[in-house]
Amino acid sequence: MQKKIRLPLREEDIESLKAGDRVLLSGVVYTARDAAHKRMVEQEKEGTPLPVELDGQVLYYTGPTPAKPGEVIGSAGPTTSGRMDLYTPALLEKGLKGMIGKGYRSEEVIASMLKHNAVYFGAVGGAAALIARSIKKAEVVAYEDLGTEAIRKLTIEDFPVFVINDIHGGDIYKDGVAKYKQ
Amino acid sequence: MKEIAYEKIVEEVKTMCMESNYNLGEDVYSAFKQALQTERSETGKEVLTQLIDNADIAKAERVPMCQDTGTAVFMVEVGQDCHIAGGRLVDAINEGVEKGYGEGYLRNSMVYNPMNRKNTGNNTPAIVHIDLVEGEELTLHMTAKGGGAENMSALKMLKPSDGMEGVKEYILSIVKEAGPNACPPLVVGIGIGGNFERCAFLAKKSLFRPLGVRHEDPAVAELEMELMEQINRLGIGPQGMGGSTTALDVKVELESCHIAALPVAVNLNCHASRHQTIVMK
Repeated sequence: MQKKIRLPLREEDIESLKAGDRVLLSGVVYTARDAAHKRMVEQEKEGTPLPVELDGQVLYYTGPTPAKPGEVIGSAGPTTSGRMDLYTPALLEKGLKGMIGKGYRSEEVIASMLKHNAVYFGAVGGAAALIARSIKKAEVVAYEDLGTEAIRKLTIEDFPVFVINDIHGGDIYKDGVAKYKQ
Repeated sequence: MKEIAYEKIVEEVKTMCMESNYNLGEDVYSAFKQALQTERSETGKEVLTQLIDNADIAKAERVPMCQDTGTAVFMVEVGQDCHIAGGRLVDAINEGVEKGYGEGYLRNSMVYNPMNRKNTGNNTPAIVHIDLVEGEELTLHMTAKGGGAENMSALKMLKPSDGMEGVKEYILSIVKEAGPNACPPLVVGIGIGGNFERCAFLAKKSLFRPLGVRHEDPAVAELEMELMEQINRLGIGPQGMGGSTTALDVKVELESCHIAALPVAVNLNCHASRHQTIVMK
């Protein structure tokens, strides 16, 4: 079954999502990967306000290729989320409600997501040209010096994801593999 | 003696960088189609369908199939009767990479050094392995190797007493640990033997062999098929969400080693197994 959800995530949407669900997301997400996470969390520790208000928002872990002339963005698939794990609980504390990436999250991140009612979505790694079609607008809003790693505000329309970790303790990486292991 | 111009190499390398990122090879594309027929999980089928659509879009629009356009890795065979005129071979390769990644709107993913992590801005340096061979041809094999799968790769110095059972167990443990992180369905490249650094090289080299092509030694070919079956029984599936397609192929290369040693290297490749070969005469 495929669900359509408009961002920002409402409490009832978060409640309804189950690990393994196919979801098409529309609305606004912010991109951030290794370098942007490091800088955000360092700024947070120094007491400097974050360059984007994360409360209620969704982060997408991606470092797109350069846009060809006339294009909104280059190819933009998910990168491995685990590299952001060290920084993620601090951002969930700030009200982050969702993340889009690929791959395992740490126990700490999963516990923090459960505590803060946040969802982890997986996009298909390597489907970057397909995913880019669902990105309608892109603008750099912070850390421009980081190039591909800058924070971008993306407006997305029917962006295809799967729910990896829901707020009920479901984890498709565990449940799915258990089902097909021989 | 045959002469090959520096500028010609630059142009060929530039083209290889662009083509490898836009055009998924026919071998991988048909492996996707094949997997779609056999995959048991509906989620797995949806992932494979997205990957096929993605490859079609990348090819038609000439855009990178993945935003991680990789480290440019070259395995070069230089005929000993060929002369490269006008500059150093490695410089020509790096110049071609710079042009290919720049003009091709590919992502620059290399940093100057692991301590400062500052981007070099042109995806150089390439990683270049050179082998001197007979003849007067220059053969360039290139892959754009993604970071996600490379990060989940590993090497271990086993003991001879661990035997082939120990080798298989180790390979399976690495694929399992990688799970969704390495972007399955995978191409699993394995090196057995050599020494510490040679073993890793063998694993990488194995990934240059097209999908579906078995090792010429029947015993090694059998090992590849056995590992493939065992890996696909792990249940990891496309993108690690469960399924019967975890590996699209398994490649093994092996070499002599010390009486005390049994090195094993597992170099994982994501499904964007991008490789190109050109022969310059």
